Amino acid sequence: MSDTHAHSIAFVRDTEIPPSPPPAGETGAVKWLRENLFSNAVNSALTIASLLVIYILLSKTLPWLLNGVWTTSSLAECREVLQGKTGACFSVLTERWNQLLYGFKYPSDQYWRPNLALVLLLFAIAPVLFFDLPRKLLAFTAVYPFLAFWLIWGGTILAPIVALVGFAAGAFVFQTYGKSSFAVGFFGAIAAAFAVWIIGGMLIPDGASDNAMLQAVPSRDLGGFMLNLMLGVTCVSLSLPLGIALALGRQSDMPLIKWMCVVFIEFVRGVPLITLLFVASVMLAYFFPPESTVDLFLRVVIMITMFSAAYIAEVIRGGLAALPKGQYEAADSLGLDYPQAMRLIILPQALKISIPGIVNVAVGLFKDTTLVSVISMFDLVGMIRGPILASTEWNGVYWELLGFAALLFFVVCYGISQYSQWLERRLATDHR
Amino acid sequence: MKKSVILGAMTFAGLAAGAASAGTLDDVKARGKLNCGVTTGLVGFAAPNANGEWEGFDVAVCRAVAAAVLGDSNAVEFVPTTGKTRFTALASGEIDMLARNTTWTFSRDVDLKFEFVGVNYYDGQGFMVPKELGVSSAKELDGATVCIQTGTTTELNLADFFRSNNISYEPVPIETNAEAQQQYLAGACDVYTTDASGLAATRATFDDPAGHVILPEIISKEPLGPLVRHGDHEWGDVVRWSLMALIAAEELGITSANLGEMAAGTENPEINRLLGSEGTLGEMLGLSADWAKNAIASQGNYGEIFAKNIGEDTPVGLARGLNAQWTEGGLLYAPPFR
Repeated sequence: MSDTHAHSIAFVRDTEIPPSPPPAGETGAVKWLRENLFSNAVNSALTIASLLVIYILLSKTLPWLLNGVWTTSSLAECREVLQGKTGACFSVLTERWNQLLYGFKYPSDQYWRPNLALVLLLFAIAPVLFFDLPRKLLAFTAVYPFLAFWLIWGGTILAPIVALVGFAAGAFVFQTYGKSSFAVGFFGAIAAAFAVWIIGGMLIPDGASDNAMLQAVPSRDLGGFMLNLMLGVTCVSLSLPLGIALALGRQSDMPLIKWMCVVFIEFVRGVPLITLLFVASVMLAYFFPPESTVDLFLRVVIMITMFSAAYIAEVIRGGLAALPKGQYEAADSLGLDYPQAMRLIILPQALKISIPGIVNVAVGLFKDTTLVSVISMFDLVGMIRGPILASTEWNGVYWELLGFAALLFFVVCYGISQYSQWLERRLATDHR
Repeated sequence: MKKSVILGAMTFAGLAAGAASAGTLDDVKARGKLNCGVTTGLVGFAAPNANGEWEGFDVAVCRAVAAAVLGDSNAVEFVPTTGKTRFTALASGEIDMLARNTTWTFSRDVDLKFEFVGVNYYDGQGFMVPKELGVSSAKELDGATVCIQTGTTTELNLADFFRSNNISYEPVPIETNAEAQQQYLAGACDVYTTDASGLAATRATFDDPAGHVILPEIISKEPLGPLVRHGDHEWGDVVRWSLMALIAAEELGITSANLGEMAAGTENPEINRLLGSEGTLGEMLGLSADWAKNAIASQGNYGEIFAKNIGEDTPVGLARGLNAQWTEGGLLYAPPFR
C-alpha cells in the first residue's frame, strides 16, 4: 500500500524551502526610501527639491560655522584671520560671554551667586513640576524666592528674612481664622503680613547693606540672559495664581468682584505689552519722588505679570467652561463649600484642560521679556543691540550674536514645551 | 480707604518731587553720585567696554561734571536711555543731566522745558550710498529708499530736504543704528542717512569701507550738547562751565600732561583763574576752587577727549572740522573765565 503512490508522484518535498531574502527593492533603506520619499512622481520631485534646498543651506552655513574664529579680540582681527574667506566671528561670544549672560555691570567676582541661584532654582522647581517627588521638598520651594533674592541682589539678609516672616505670619493667620471665615482669614493675613513688614522694616538698621556678607547689587546692574530668566521665572510663577484668581473672579456671582476682574482682564489684554512697559519705565517715574522710586525691575515685573495674568485667566476660563455643569453640581451635592469645590474638583480638571494654553502663554511671556530692551534695560537682546554692537571692536557682528541669543531662547522654550507634553501624558486619565 | 491712601501717596510724591527739584547741585552732592543719562550704545560716543566701564565722547562730559562737582570722575551712575525715554528720564528727575548726542532745537529747549548748556559736538546730517550706485550728490537720489531712524530730528530734516528739492523718496523706518547698518548692508535701502559722525563710525565697521561713499551734502545743523532741566540755573551753570572748562583748557594749552604744573600757578591769569590758583570762580559756582582742574584731570581737555574717542586715530576716524577751536577755523568758542 505504501508504495501505491510511489510511482504516481514523482517527487515530494519533505523539507521547507529556506526563506529567500526579499527582493532588493522591498527591504531596508531602499524600501523606506521608495515608500516615503519616491512613491510617485510628485513626491520624488519634492524630495529632490528639498535635498537641493538642504544642500544649499548647508553649503552656505557649514563653512561659516566650521571656519569660525574664536580667539581674536575684535571684528577687524577676525577679518584679518579669515582673509576674505567665509567664516563666523565667534570671538565676540568668547570675549563678551559674561556680558551676554550677566549684563555688563554685575560684579564679575560675584557670578557664582546667580549661578548658584539657578542651580537652586532647579531644586526648588522640581517638586512643583514633578509631583511624584516627596512633598516635603516643597518647603525648600517656599524658601527659595527669598534665598534667590538674597543671592542675586545681595545686601543685608534681614530684608528677605523679614519678607519671609511676613508671609509666614500671613499664612499662619489664614490657617487659624480662614477655616471659620474666609474673609476674616484673608484680610487678617494681609494685615498681619503688612504689620510684620512695617515693624521689621523699622528694625533693619540703616546701612545694613553696606557691610553685608554679600555685596549689594542694585537692580540696574542686572542684565543679560540672567535678566530674561529672572523676569520669565518670576512673572510666570506670579501670573499663574493671579490668573487663576482672575478666572474664578470673572465667573463669580458677586457683581463687584466679577466686574473688577472683567475690567482688569479686558483692559490689560487690550493694551500692547510695550505700552505697559513704557508706563512702567517712564510714566510711573512722574508719580514717585526722584529719590524713592519703586525699583525698575519690580515695576517691570508688575507690568509683565499683569499682562500675562490676564491672558492666563482667559485660558483658564476656557478650561472652566469646558467642564460639564454636572461637575459643579456634584461638588455642591457633596456638601463642599466654594473653596473646597474649586480646590478638589473643579480646578484640577480645568487646569488639566488648560495646560497647552498656559504653556503657550508661558513660552510667549518668556520671549516677550526681551521687550524690556526698549526701555533701556540690558537683557540679552538689549546687551546685543546696545553695548556690544556699539563697541568699536564688535560693531557689525550680527549673525553670531543674534544666533547665540536664539539658541539660548530655543533651549529654554523647547524645554518648557517638552515638559508640558510630558505633563499631559502623565495626567491623561481618560481611556482613549 | 484705599483710594485716599493712593491719593495721599500721590500728593506726597508730588510734594517730594517739587522739593527735590529745588537744587540739583545739592542733591548730587548729598547723593555723592551724578546720575547722567547716556545712550544705550553709540560707537565712540558712549558704550561700556569689555569690563563694563562706560567710555566715549559723551561719557567724558558726564565724568568731567562729576569730577568738577564731587572730585571723582567715577562717581557717576550712567543711566542708559533710548531715543524715546531720554526726555522723560530727564524731566522726571531720574537723571540730573543728559549727555546723549541730543540735537539742540528750539522746541526741545523751549517747549519741552529743557536747557541746553552748550554744544560738545557740531554735527550735520549726511547720506551714505554704496559706491556702485554711482551717485555723487544727494540731489540725484530721486526715488531712492532711505533708511532713517525714527523719533529723531534726522527724520524731519530728511522730509524737509527732499521736499524743498522737489524729489521723492521712500523711507524705511528703523529703530537703532545697529539695525540700520544691517538693513543698509542687506540692501533693504539704497541710502542710509544719519548724523555725519554716525555715518563715519558706521562705515568704519564695514567689511569693505571703500565700497561706500558719504555724499558731500550736509543737509542740517545738528549741534549736539548736554542738557539739564529748565529752571535750575545753578545746576545748569555747573554743567555749562564744566564743558566750557574742557574747551577753554584746549585753547589755553592745558593738557592732562601739564595740568599739575599749570595748576601750581602760571604767568597767564586766565589759566590761574580757571585752575583755581587765583580768584574765586569755584566758589561762585558753589564748588571747590579746583573744580576745573578736576574736570580736566578726569579725561584731559576737549582735544584730548576728541582724539581718544572719535579722532582720526580711532576706528571712528572723525576729523575735527567744525569742532576745531575758533582759532583754528572751527566753532568751539568758550567765553572768558573771568
